[in-house]
Amino acid sequence: MSAASQDVATRNGIFARALIYAVLILFAVYYLLPLYVMVVNSLKPLDEIRQGNMLALPQQWTIAPWLSAWSTAQIGVQPTGLKPYFLNSVMMVVPAVALSTILGALNGYVLTKWRFKGDNIVFGLMLLACFIPFQIVLIPSARILGMTGLAGTITGLVLIHAIYGLGFTTLFFRNYYEAFPTELVRAAQIDGASFFQIFRRILLPSSGPIIVVTVIWQFTNIWNDFLFGSSFSGFNSIPLTVALNNLVNSSTGVKEYNVHFAGAILAALPTLIVYIVSGRYFVRGLMAGAVKG
Amino acid sequence: MAELTTTAPRAVTNPRATLQDLLPKIVLAPSFALILIFVYGFIIFTAFLSFSGSKLLPDFSTWVGLNNYVRLFNHPNWITALKNLAIFSVLYIVICSFIGLALAIFLDQKIRGEGFLRPIYLYPMALSFIVTGVAWKWFLDPGIGLEHVMQSWGWESFSFRWIKEGQMAIYTIVIAAVWQSSGFVMAMFLAGLRGVDNEIIKAAQIDGASTLTIYRRIIIPLMRPVFLSAFVVLAHLAIKSYDLVVAMTDGGPGTATWTPALFMQKFTFGRNEMGMGAASAIIMMMMIFAIIVPYLYSELGGKKK
Repeated sequence: MSAASQDVATRNGIFARALIYAVLILFAVYYLLPLYVMVVNSLKPLDEIRQGNMLALPQQWTIAPWLSAWSTAQIGVQPTGLKPYFLNSVMMVVPAVALSTILGALNGYVLTKWRFKGDNIVFGLMLLACFIPFQIVLIPSARILGMTGLAGTITGLVLIHAIYGLGFTTLFFRNYYEAFPTELVRAAQIDGASFFQIFRRILLPSSGPIIVVTVIWQFTNIWNDFLFGSSFSGFNSIPLTVALNNLVNSSTGVKEYNVHFAGAILAALPTLIVYIVSGRYFVRGLMAGAVKG
Repeated sequence: MAELTTTAPRAVTNPRATLQDLLPKIVLAPSFALILIFVYGFIIFTAFLSFSGSKLLPDFSTWVGLNNYVRLFNHPNWITALKNLAIFSVLYIVICSFIGLALAIFLDQKIRGEGFLRPIYLYPMALSFIVTGVAWKWFLDPGIGLEHVMQSWGWESFSFRWIKEGQMAIYTIVIAAVWQSSGFVMAMFLAGLRGVDNEIIKAAQIDGASTLTIYRRIIIPLMRPVFLSAFVVLAHLAIKSYDLVVAMTDGGPGTATWTPALFMQKFTFGRNEMGMGAASAIIMMMMIFAIIVPYLYSELGGKKK
């Protein structure tokens, strides 16, 4: 790929290369360490964590902490485990991702292929919306949700996540469709194809990669969200991240570290699986989010 | 020109033309309206609140002018939050950029196993800050974590209890945040390095420049746009930092790790000081916009050419 940097590299001595490998491996250990700690200690009895060594493998392997984290651990006042909250998160994430992705695709299509006077201002305002600190919308959002009767419901959280995701989904699709040949759209238009026909038959079939990027981005963000979840959820709609935080930071009773770790892995698993299965797209989404325009 | 010739006759012959012409705007309108209301309308709402005497609920009947802002900047917790933000963001941005650039340069040396290492550096980005917080909170806990491990390995005098110390706790949050984000910065730099024109480097090599000189004088200066992007992303994450602090220390010990985002939350919903909470949110937004707006302006402006 970069032949020159390869040449640069070959001029380094063996010592330098050994050093480079050592640093790279050291950092791999640094990044893996917390994951290792979580996995290993989620498979130990509690006594072994308190008396033993966090970095040691379990002497007595057990999956009891996992079962407890999933179905019996005390969260808030109820000994329900994380299961109901996991389901809340799923029910929140799926429609929110679908809604924001579909709207983002249509917006991107309009903003690139049906340009109008002032479209850049519209896009600029949508883009800037990606970066606002959400603290600034918390109070009025709570008010609107209360007025519409959606406070404390999963529907309310879906709407909030879908709306505040629109900026990014629009940005992704706009940048992708910008590179799509406009001539094809104009040709189809002359042949009498309608607005939606052109979208469905011409743009959508080649939108696979950007749909994957957008869905992964939205899924990761909404699944991992804590701020909206903790501000707007009610008794029956608490998402997993909030429940996990309640589990770990509840001040009553014995601190069951092994259960906390098992719970943390449960909360991380969906996004980790997505990352492992489609890391390439995941990184591309991050980069698209970082390198604007 | 092409557009003129295709659209003009259609408008005359096709009766559905007006609907078809309006359709794109009709499709875009709901999203745009939602953004206008839920983002810009809400910002204005919060701005009004910040000039009002609202306590538990929004209350526009009492106007206090800039009083909330005056109280805000005289409040020790807000000053703590600003100091923490300064410490956190400087260290977070500098360390992440340094680690990111170093790892990217090292990985770019035709490393065997790059495909294996890269995902290891990057996976923390997929995790929730709450998960990261739980892992680091217990790993740095003196009772069971690192200190305990070192002592059980025979280093009896080893002490590491920053997370419990008011002076040092903010640095543990830096450690966890750097762990989460530095791999991503690495990916940005790696993409930048792979985009460097090889001809320039070859020319420098022919002129007898050493590897170090090539990196220092040619390649790293070429990374300026990446530095800028990394800075913008990290700075905006730093100003928003909330989840990680809640999960690791919840602002403690005492108020030692309060950040502006935490301040906003605690004052608005915990202490019924909605006016001050709104004022703190406005300050946060102004900090972010001061960084983002010039950046977006230059990025979009540059592209249009």
